[in-house]
Amino acid sequence: MSVTEPVPTPVLRLAAASFGYSDRVVVSHVDLTIEPGDVIALLGPNGSGKSTLVRGILGLAEHLGGEVEFFGVPRDRFTDHTRIGYVPQRHSLSASVRATAEEVVAVGRLSHRPWWKPAGTADAAIVRKALATVGLGDRMKTDVSTLSGGQQRRVLIARALASQPDILVMDEPTAGVDVASQHVLADVLHHLAEQGTTMLIVTHELEALELIVNRIVCLRDGVIDFDGSPTAYAAHELAHEPGHHHHLHVTAPDHHDTGPLRSPQVVPKPKGGEHA
Amino acid sequence: MPDFLGYSFMQQALVAALLVGIAAPLVGVFLVQRRMSLIGDGMGHVALAGVAIGLLTNTQPVLTALAAAVVAAVAIELIRLRGRTSGDIALAVMFYGGIALGVVLISQSSASSPANLTAYLFGAILTTSSSDLVIFAGLAVVVLAVTLTLRTRLFAVANDEEYARATGMPVTALNLTLAILTAVTVVVSMRVVGLLLISALMILPNATAQILGRSFRTALAWAVVVGVLSSVLGVIGSYYAGTPSGGSIVLLAIAAYLVVAVLAAVRDRLAAARHRRAERHDHEHGPECGHEAIPHDDHVDYLHDGHRHAPHEGHYDEHATSAGGPS
Repeated sequence: MSVTEPVPTPVLRLAAASFGYSDRVVVSHVDLTIEPGDVIALLGPNGSGKSTLVRGILGLAEHLGGEVEFFGVPRDRFTDHTRIGYVPQRHSLSASVRATAEEVVAVGRLSHRPWWKPAGTADAAIVRKALATVGLGDRMKTDVSTLSGGQQRRVLIARALASQPDILVMDEPTAGVDVASQHVLADVLHHLAEQGTTMLIVTHELEALELIVNRIVCLRDGVIDFDGSPTAYAAHELAHEPGHHHHLHVTAPDHHDTGPLRSPQVVPKPKGGEHA
Repeated sequence: MPDFLGYSFMQQALVAALLVGIAAPLVGVFLVQRRMSLIGDGMGHVALAGVAIGLLTNTQPVLTALAAAVVAAVAIELIRLRGRTSGDIALAVMFYGGIALGVVLISQSSASSPANLTAYLFGAILTTSSSDLVIFAGLAVVVLAVTLTLRTRLFAVANDEEYARATGMPVTALNLTLAILTAVTVVVSMRVVGLLLISALMILPNATAQILGRSFRTALAWAVVVGVLSSVLGVIGSYYAGTPSGGSIVLLAIAAYLVVAVLAAVRDRLAAARHRRAERHDHEHGPECGHEAIPHDDHVDYLHDGHRHAPHEGHYDEHATSAGGPS
């Protein structure tokens, strides 16, 4: 991922995009540009359309209008799927038969080779490295169904990393994860962010990711309600609904002085008649 | 040399049993993984209608059964794809309609007898013609080749369909392929185990293998071993005892499952008696956790305040604390 080019192609560009299911529009008129190196938390209350937006971007929910482009290529003509690493929610994994962490992560390599070709030694090495990156190098041969919730998330992150993507799209990676795993998970994400990995993280627990994200996008009732730096977001939240924070507090006292690790790259764009 | 190997019909029967014993668990594991264990049963019901049409019209029953089962397979996948709750009812109509139509049509056929119907329902490999066996063998080899080539992709789709779709895998095409592989396996196995019992040979060896294996790969290998042993020994047993091959094979597969399940339960009880949980801690051991890592058989122990912690499900176990190194 290079950020040295004068005008890098955006990783993702949405222009007036709408997504939903059948004819029901869930999110509408979304304008969003993700540049290489962005680490974005996509926030919003339950039912605000966060998951539908992410699923729509990935082609899992219907694209009902507007433009969606990956690396400058319209979504319907985009075929280079290895460049997008998707980390779904944990319950998407079937646990009906035995499968080791290594076997699940190896799935991330499939889109790199034709259907008739078996995995090679290079694939095995990449799988091993991906599991080591998420701190599960010693659990390769473990049946994933015996791992803890947080460890299963990290297996899913490793699977996405094994496809060597240019952006990681994660759906609620920290939800319902035990404390020990939450620390490791935060370290893994921090490490990836430091390496310049572009990430779009759907979450309602900003606190766990506060030191990692450099941009916050907030959805409310299917439209983008805020897009800007974590600092600007804190101000926006205070002005928006005093005393009714539906997100966890960005301005928790113990983190207030540290602030975001990276300087904000995006100018806040308050919408919907806000005068924050 | 045992005397049965001298008969050409027994040689053919054993080749057929071997092929079915490999193919049925190999395809079946993906049905188990997708929690569609009983779908093969339904396809068998519909295949019976195909057999009946073949007998009535004097066409090869194998071919009409194959056509009926493949049509059913595609219909099942399309119903599933639409994801309606009424899909269940649609499947029930199709499956019971298939078997009812089969029974009624066969009763009208002059060429058939109740014994004929029983042979299709419960398997009668020793009375199968060698021309049929050649077709079965050819189809079985195709099923094996396709399943083995596509196994990592079939695994990926069954393991996490949403991820497979998001990464651009042809999920619908792969699901249709699996459905058609299942249909072909049902028809290939119909003379060996019978249309009412074929699902058992797809599922039971996998149930046994899930206890024996520790990964998808090793479990699949065990499933094939159990499948082949059940079908080959079942055919030999039916030769000596004069029993229908299908029932004999399935009883052997069940016996294998029960023996393995009981032994595993005993082993787990013994392990639980020796099992000592470590104290709870919020720290997660890992390669970079700072605690000394000690390889121990198939896992890694971590030296924590002088005792060894081994990850076990959601907690840590105390393992041997002797300073003698890994045992």
